[in-house]
Amino acid sequence: MKAVVAVSTYIIPVVMMLIVIHGMIKNVNVYDEFVNGAKDGMKTVVSIVPTLIGLMMAVGILRASGFLDLISSALGNVTDKIGLPAPLLPLLLVRMFSSSAATGLTLDLFKEYGTDSLIGLIASIATSATETIFFTISVYSVAAKITKTRWTLAGALISTVAGIVASVVLATLMSTSS
Amino acid sequence: MVTNCCGEPMLNYLWGFMIIIGVIYGAFTGNIQAVADGAINSAKDAVTLCITMLGVMSLWTGLMEIAEKSGLIKTCTEKISPVMRWLFPYVPPQHDAMKHMTTNVIANILGLGWAATPAGLRAMNSLAQLNDYDKTASNAMCTFLVINVSSLQLIPVNIIAYRSQYGSTNPTAVVAPAIIATLVSTIVAVIFCRIMLRRDYSAKKTRRSESGVRG
Repeated sequence: MKAVVAVSTYIIPVVMMLIVIHGMIKNVNVYDEFVNGAKDGMKTVVSIVPTLIGLMMAVGILRASGFLDLISSALGNVTDKIGLPAPLLPLLLVRMFSSSAATGLTLDLFKEYGTDSLIGLIASIATSATETIFFTISVYSVAAKITKTRWTLAGALISTVAGIVASVVLATLMSTSS
Repeated sequence: MVTNCCGEPMLNYLWGFMIIIGVIYGAFTGNIQAVADGAINSAKDAVTLCITMLGVMSLWTGLMEIAEKSGLIKTCTEKISPVMRWLFPYVPPQHDAMKHMTTNVIANILGLGWAATPAGLRAMNSLAQLNDYDKTASNAMCTFLVINVSSLQLIPVNIIAYRSQYGSTNPTAVVAPAIIATLVSTIVAVIFCRIMLRRDYSAKKTRRSESGVRG
């Protein structure tokens, strides 16, 4: 697992370098284009500030009221048997419906348990490896004007469960090896 | 990936009930002072977090602009077209549907959510046209949707920003595990789709041969 973490550390610098090299070979003014693109990133982040305030506030209220602890302790007996820490369950369920609400819960877990704890690692990997399946499928179905989606939801659920299982296994390996 | 912040219909209920439940439960358990502090501090935290995100997000979109201008993204799109043809055997390779689906997949892999969603919607439109605007999803639509939500992604830019904001000793440590996990979910999705396609194909074949015997 140490090797996997080492590879992780290399991916971003190497990808950065490859993009810049490819740009220079193709005679792109790499710095000018970088600055241009960075402006888009600024705009994107500024546009999500209100969303994040709204959601972090709502999750903050739930956390402070003790309600999240209540859910965790109520679900703890079930989830402990399958090796999944109970505080993650609300996140994994909400993740399938709303990506911004899931972000709020992920940040709450980071604050409460730490980014590099087992819970923090599972939250990091699982939110990266899963999608808002219900939301995306419904929006895309409306676009294609279809009402019967046949095996779409079954496939999406199976692949989500597979992603979650893989996340739990990988995060457990990471936290025990370091 | 759908990163659009607005227009999530469920969210209005979810958000509303989060506030209501939090305040009522907090009042009953005597945590109402903590609830007040929690609301105000979280709102402040959101802004601090966005300052970190400004940096990380702009770094990534800046790099992507270089990749776009140098033709790297176009090259990637061409490289995966054999895979797309294998996944969607009944979609004509030159059809618009194929083009939009490929753009969507590449945008998802590179974490370009804002480019992925419009391409995905256009792809669904073109697939509907191929399906004679039937109300029942075609095999290609099901496959596209399942693969789309299996969320293949190279670098989870947002998660890295969040991790660095909340004091991770190594924010990028999860990059490779996240790739492995997302590969697992995508491979499971592909296998599932192939099984369903094959089953559908053999069902059609039996139906055809039965009607052939009768006729």
